[in-house]
Amino acid sequence: MFTITRGRLALVSAVAVGAVVALAGCASGDPLDEGSSSSNDSDTIVVGSQDYYSNEIIAEIYAQALEDGGYTVDRQFRIGQREAYLPEIEAGSIDVFPEYTGSLLQALDADAAGGTADETYAELQDALPDGLSVLDMAAATDQNSWTVTQAFADTYNLTDIASLTQVTEPITVGGNSELETRPYGPTALKEQYGIEIAGFTPVEDNGGPLTVKSLVDNTIQLANVYTADPNIATNDLVALDDPDGLFFPDNVVPVVSDKVDDGAAEIINAVSAKLTADTLVALNSQSVNDQAAADTIATEWLTEAGLL
Amino acid sequence: MNLFASAIDWILDPANYVGLNAIPLRLGQHLVFTLVTLVIASVIAIPLGYLIGHTGRGRSLAVMTSGGLRAIPTLGLLTLVALWVGIGVVAPYVALTVLAIPPILAGAYTGFEAIDRRTVDAARAVGMSELQIVRKVEVPLGLPLLIGGLRSATLQVIATATLAAYVADLGLGRYLFSGLKNRDYAEMLGGSILVILLALVLEGIFALIQRFAVPRGVSGRPGPAATPARTPRPRNRSERTAVVR
Repeated sequence: MFTITRGRLALVSAVAVGAVVALAGCASGDPLDEGSSSSNDSDTIVVGSQDYYSNEIIAEIYAQALEDGGYTVDRQFRIGQREAYLPEIEAGSIDVFPEYTGSLLQALDADAAGGTADETYAELQDALPDGLSVLDMAAATDQNSWTVTQAFADTYNLTDIASLTQVTEPITVGGNSELETRPYGPTALKEQYGIEIAGFTPVEDNGGPLTVKSLVDNTIQLANVYTADPNIATNDLVALDDPDGLFFPDNVVPVVSDKVDDGAAEIINAVSAKLTADTLVALNSQSVNDQAAADTIATEWLTEAGLL
Repeated sequence: MNLFASAIDWILDPANYVGLNAIPLRLGQHLVFTLVTLVIASVIAIPLGYLIGHTGRGRSLAVMTSGGLRAIPTLGLLTLVALWVGIGVVAPYVALTVLAIPPILAGAYTGFEAIDRRTVDAARAVGMSELQIVRKVEVPLGLPLLIGGLRSATLQVIATATLAAYVADLGLGRYLFSGLKNRDYAEMLGGSILVILLALVLEGIFALIQRFAVPRGVSGRPGPAATPARTPRPRNRSERTAVVR
């Protein structure tokens, strides 16, 4: 039977559980309580980042370098994906944002031609709206790729994308649903290279752990994993070469507003000059494999590079 | 309003009725996924709820556990399970079953608890075995609340089943994800409207079930069940007697 004691126990337990949940919520702090009021100050530089850990690390590096140079910085990190933050940048509410040349170019101009890294950078400069510009691009790239497992590559002697025609088993592609319709997607593989794609499986985590696991499990055989992802090394994956430029080069590039003066631009350019492809993978690895926080990773690297 | 019109256009576009991404196919997948999830959740939750309701034991545990289950973010659970068993339909089934269990469980045991103790005692007094009490008294009398629980579970599952598309080529969620990522908001809103329509249709079906499946003389309201049998022509169902034969 349901007794008073039991009822009281249930009540006490419910309150206890509720309290734990409420406290857990408090632990991370209120994300809205800082910054928003100071973002209108004329001397504050607003640094934004995508909702992507690697992008946040780069943004944090910009922010710390700027602070070291005497600038006041307001961090607006993890805003979302491009469709969410691009209007904010265009409206001038963010002053510095780490971007990727090819992807940003395609977002601004769907008919862009692409080409080499330098050509893409030049096209991007033309495509940017008034009031926005890009500083020097870094050597570091974090771009889309067609990735397979090492075992799969060995079985069929795969080196570049075109060699996928040698695969005799059905290839299932996995990735975000937009991959299906992107200019480098399954349709392009079929039309440009004659590669037969058996099916498409949506895995909506931007080439993250679920995508990698599906590749390793052989649930999918071909996926779009970003080239700076440390999972490529730790899980024995191979990003297939892209000699024909199916993917646009995606060098890391800071998009800045007019509020970034010459001094600030110089600081950020010094960061970009030291940001190589291997560096970016190493930074990402500290986040993915060592679970380090973005600000720790940024401080360490800046100190090591002699920029702090 | 313009976007709404283009969403309606998207739903009516004949091009969306052919191939592997056809609207009827996605609707069917969504519906089957929802129903199978509800069946799995029911198989787990109803016997458990009946056991708790009949014995009165483990209620506080059930309240806490199902409260905890309700608090689990479905997308997080889905990702965790998918990292364990791999992508495909299994992870969404697990995550959505966890979502559906609490309301069904609550419906099952509160249905039993709401029964007037005197009715159960009377059944026991006339010599019914415990199993007979459950089968002939508690289950029929608890049915309205159980169906209420199922109804609420259905609504939650049908709306949340869109998450299945996160790791599987399944259901109406495909339109939401692909519409969002491709900035095709007509597709996204169109997909949402289809989910809403499906939810409304199932709500309607449940309303009918609640009307017809509940035994004569039982209302959804708990209360004294001892209205005199000779009351002349009850004005509505709720005034009729809960007679146990």
